[in-house]
Amino acid sequence: MELFRLTIHELQSLLRAGTVTATDVVGDMYRRIDAVEGSVHAYITLTREAAFAQAEAADNLIKQGNLKELTGIPLALKDILCTQGERTTCGSRMLNNFVPPYDATVVERLRQAGAIFTGKTNMDEFAMGSSNETSYFGATANPWDLTRIPGGSSGGSAAAVAADMCAAALGSDTGGSIRQPAALCGVVGMKPTYGRVSRFGLIAFASSLDQIGPFTKDVEDCAILMNAIAGHDPRESTSATVEVPDYRQFLLGGVEGWTIGIPKEYFIAGIDPEVEASVQEAIATFERLGARCLPISLPHTEYCLAVYYIIAPAEASSNLARYDGVKYGFRTDTYRDLLDMYKKTRSEGFGPEVKRRIMLGTYVLSAGYYDAYYKKASQVRGLIKRDFDEAFRKCDVILTPTSPTPAFRLGEKTDDPMQMYLSDIFTISANLAGIPGLSIPCGFTTDGLPIGLQLLAGHFDEGKLLQMASAYEKSAPQEKRRPQL
Amino acid sequence: MKIETKEAAYVAHLARLEFQDDEMGRFTAQMNDILLYMEKLNEVDTTGIAPLTSAVAITNAFREDVVHNSLNYDLAVANAPEVRENCFIVPKVVE
Repeated sequence: MELFRLTIHELQSLLRAGTVTATDVVGDMYRRIDAVEGSVHAYITLTREAAFAQAEAADNLIKQGNLKELTGIPLALKDILCTQGERTTCGSRMLNNFVPPYDATVVERLRQAGAIFTGKTNMDEFAMGSSNETSYFGATANPWDLTRIPGGSSGGSAAAVAADMCAAALGSDTGGSIRQPAALCGVVGMKPTYGRVSRFGLIAFASSLDQIGPFTKDVEDCAILMNAIAGHDPRESTSATVEVPDYRQFLLGGVEGWTIGIPKEYFIAGIDPEVEASVQEAIATFERLGARCLPISLPHTEYCLAVYYIIAPAEASSNLARYDGVKYGFRTDTYRDLLDMYKKTRSEGFGPEVKRRIMLGTYVLSAGYYDAYYKKASQVRGLIKRDFDEAFRKCDVILTPTSPTPAFRLGEKTDDPMQMYLSDIFTISANLAGIPGLSIPCGFTTDGLPIGLQLLAGHFDEGKLLQMASAYEKSAPQEKRRPQL
Repeated sequence: MKIETKEAAYVAHLARLEFQDDEMGRFTAQMNDILLYMEKLNEVDTTGIAPLTSAVAITNAFREDVVHNSLNYDLAVANAPEVRENCFIVPKVVE
């Protein structure tokens, strides 16, 4: 049996029934990884030894009848999540040798639930990118077409799930970094509400936008991982105290009588015709399921990208000031004095995209420009959030394409930052407004590239996204395709 | 042009970064492209709109003032490039 192809819930049944052991599952997963990692390069670090030790421990627990929610399930972690005693690079030379002294809260929770970790996945450096090409460790390939990008910045997690190199994975999403690669790799990806999942131990990029979430092979697995990672954390001051429901309860309900908002600003010139056709088909599916589709307007949509590329770099320039070659991380070899040491360390330790964003952020926050850029952007951000507040008075959820195009070619946009930034045009708004968003596969282009559908809901309404995605998954006339590797 | 190379060099200094001349030219050009795009925001009337810094309502997250476990010295300095007697070593800053 090809255990590596199975979902979390399928593996759970086999492990519970005693049909397979956790050691079987992990062994099979590494055979798969060894076979395809050379062409996909989804991982920065494989934690093979620890994983087999965890599998043995899991098998002992299973023998005692002591199964927890994720006992024996092999998961991958984006290399932005701190793992105690395991190298965590954030895709950067700066943290090439960084070994965290503690686990991120999400890692701790998954461990407590019994999960096994296959390794740390590749990503754009400090999560800054939409293609995984800014990684210090080389790009990841899209499993559906190895000449194309997997999306970013959590491209390694998306590719690892799509290529069956883990049962599921965690990523982080600051402007679309879970949803866009999920769409481009044909898997389910969710960015929860800001505050829903603790960011403690997530290496910071833009703290008012960052959020951790799951990549899974189906909607049920997304609910299972949300159950494991959501909830208040006293170590994280923006962590919400809102009660966490059992997300699995939403998998059975349908969408009959629901109102789905279709924002006209997300169906614009420049969107790939095959993407648009797939999304229109999905709209028809939801109508067939008894939902009402309502044209709506989110009038400030066209300003999201400009707002994001002021706020995110501003926060990043401040967050990344900590990389000074003193406390941890890279330090340059030769320097004259302290200032020279700072400058050389940072200039040699960071790649071009990270430097570009630090420069932009420093500029927009500098004396004389703060009001024109940062304050203005924060005000427009208020208007963007108001658009959503008003929209959710009229509809239960909002439906859009996840990305305007399918996966583009490696190298296609690396010389033109503005073009690269435009690939996040449909995902950024959810981070600015703090609302949850989910991407689910909704078909393929004629070239066989996956297309993703984005669903958005109000604050803490992850359940609605899961309910809607689950209804779609069950009814959409979709063939079960796998990438040929 | 929103910014000249000279101004970009000053920003680089503030950010504790340095660039070769050709790199600086390319960066300045790319930053100008991006800053030009941001001018779009001037179309929006934001009179009387409060800046939004967090999308979810957050108040101060107070907790009881009790001592918890923290990192021990060895772990806290384990990743530092240069350490002596559990202290971070930096280049001399006072003559």
